[in-house]
Amino acid sequence: MRIWKYGDNINTDMLFPGKYTYTCSTAEEIKPHLLEDLDPLFAKQVSKDDVIFAGKNFGCGSSREQPVVGLTGVGISAVVAESFARIFFRSAINQGLLLIECPDAVRAYRKGDSVSIDVKNGVVLVAGTSYVFPRLPKEILAIRDAGGLLPYIREKLKQKHQK
Amino acid sequence: MGQMTFAEKILAKYAHEKNVVSGQIVTVRPDHLLMHDNAAAIIKKVLPELLQYGVNDVNLPVIILDHVIPASDEKTAMNHKIIREFVAKYKIPNFFDIGNGVCHQIMIEKGLALPGQLILGSDSHTCSYGAVGAFSSGIDRTEAAALLLIGETWLKVPQSIKITLNGKMSSGVYAKDVILHIIGDISASGADYCSVEFHGDIGQFSVDERFTMANMGIEMGAKNAVFPVDEVTMKYLSFIGVKKTQYTPVSADMDASYQKELNYNLSEILPVVAVPHGVDQVKPINEVIGLEIQQCLIGTCTNGRLSDFKIAAEILNGKKVHPRVRLLIVPSSQQIFLDAIHKGYMEIFIRAGGVVLPPGCGPCLGAHQGVLAPGERCISTSNRNFKGRMGCKDAEIYLASPATVAVSALAGVISDPRKGGVF
Repeated sequence: MRIWKYGDNINTDMLFPGKYTYTCSTAEEIKPHLLEDLDPLFAKQVSKDDVIFAGKNFGCGSSREQPVVGLTGVGISAVVAESFARIFFRSAINQGLLLIECPDAVRAYRKGDSVSIDVKNGVVLVAGTSYVFPRLPKEILAIRDAGGLLPYIREKLKQKHQK
Repeated sequence: MGQMTFAEKILAKYAHEKNVVSGQIVTVRPDHLLMHDNAAAIIKKVLPELLQYGVNDVNLPVIILDHVIPASDEKTAMNHKIIREFVAKYKIPNFFDIGNGVCHQIMIEKGLALPGQLILGSDSHTCSYGAVGAFSSGIDRTEAAALLLIGETWLKVPQSIKITLNGKMSSGVYAKDVILHIIGDISASGADYCSVEFHGDIGQFSVDERFTMANMGIEMGAKNAVFPVDEVTMKYLSFIGVKKTQYTPVSADMDASYQKELNYNLSEILPVVAVPHGVDQVKPINEVIGLEIQQCLIGTCTNGRLSDFKIAAEILNGKKVHPRVRLLIVPSSQQIFLDAIHKGYMEIFIRAGGVVLPPGCGPCLGAHQGVLAPGERCISTSNRNFKGRMGCKDAEIYLASPATVAVSALAGVISDPRKGGVF
């Protein structure tokens, strides 16, 4: 598992340039352009279960969902940040991507530190120290746990029409 | 219960609750769901479900093609085609094809966003409709797809920030300077998750100016940004043909409680620019004057309205832009385009050497119509200067008011609007 560390205000254009917004929408199409203008190595070297650590306001800017679809597609297991921009935050729930708002863990992390995440108990371990993060309310967690909003809605529609 | 903010009141109304508190999750049915060119991707996500269950409410979606118009290649053309076929098949009444204008302008101009309404849209600048007292906020494509199918979604009741604007703006200072100044002050994350309410001497701001400010609420992280409904709003609505019986304004209680209260004396605000590569990287104009520019953009959903063009036309009248400069004009809507022709502004722009683009997003998002080359610098009235935003990561974007952009276009360097264009 590799940790990718970035700063504050990582915006949606850095995560996925706007010029591709209307030509790329699947995870495969998005992957080569992920973080293209921020860190050209990312798309080449990212692998399953990697984690992103970032500062304040991660995902600010546009409502485009390619950053979340792309990060989910390459298998990023979590983004740990000091804070998230709200549309990005919702989008992550909708795609089933784990976001962890935990400023203390981000500030504690130094290059090379071991990191592990205990989702069930809401704890991030950085170099052996645990940091508790707030978990989502139950009704919202249900969306993420269903694998995202569309699987959740499909189930809801099915149940409604069976009645 | 008294003491409720605008956001609490409106979300209580839509959740059919007597009162709600910040942090609470509510389920709401919005009045409208805005989509633009991304409607194609949204429809594709749920094609089988749409076939099986249909559209939950055909009056919910409003689709406006504005982002890449006319289509720039086969792929975007196909997207537009998918949208037109969807609109025809499901008989979606609120569809605006290419050339009508930027989606946010159309929502307000056509009376599709009204005081006291709740509107969601698959575009981050959906927050613009706070200009006319609506609660409006951006969502992603997946959520828009879900809304087509079920018509409702969840929202967390946000905390609110009260921004009080008092005094009068000095000459050469515009609404764009005010909102950039505020964003520079509180930062790009300063209003994260929050509802922003503007109060104070707001009677001096036209709906156009309120639009500019509400539009940029997202640039400080806000969920929505809203102005109280007053005489100015009601006069505007009556002008566009909306009757008073069609809307019910919602206003915050005087004693509502806020996470933060900020006060600004408008007379102390100077002309400013946001420098690369963040909207909160705001500097007074005198720190950047003299920087060479290659492109100037006046328009987009932030500043492409008649009052913006009036300001620019008065500066450019009878003059020519600097030979090194490309001046792009992007009207926010066809109606504004027509009005600007009748007023003679378009002739002024064209004679000054300007290039007029179709009403839409223009080069703002970097897809076409004025993409920058490496090493180039653009001064723009749009709302974002992120790295790569105008299609090139090695170019620079400065954000400013229409007056600052117009005087800079003449001088070929960033200039101070208070000094008539010679720096």
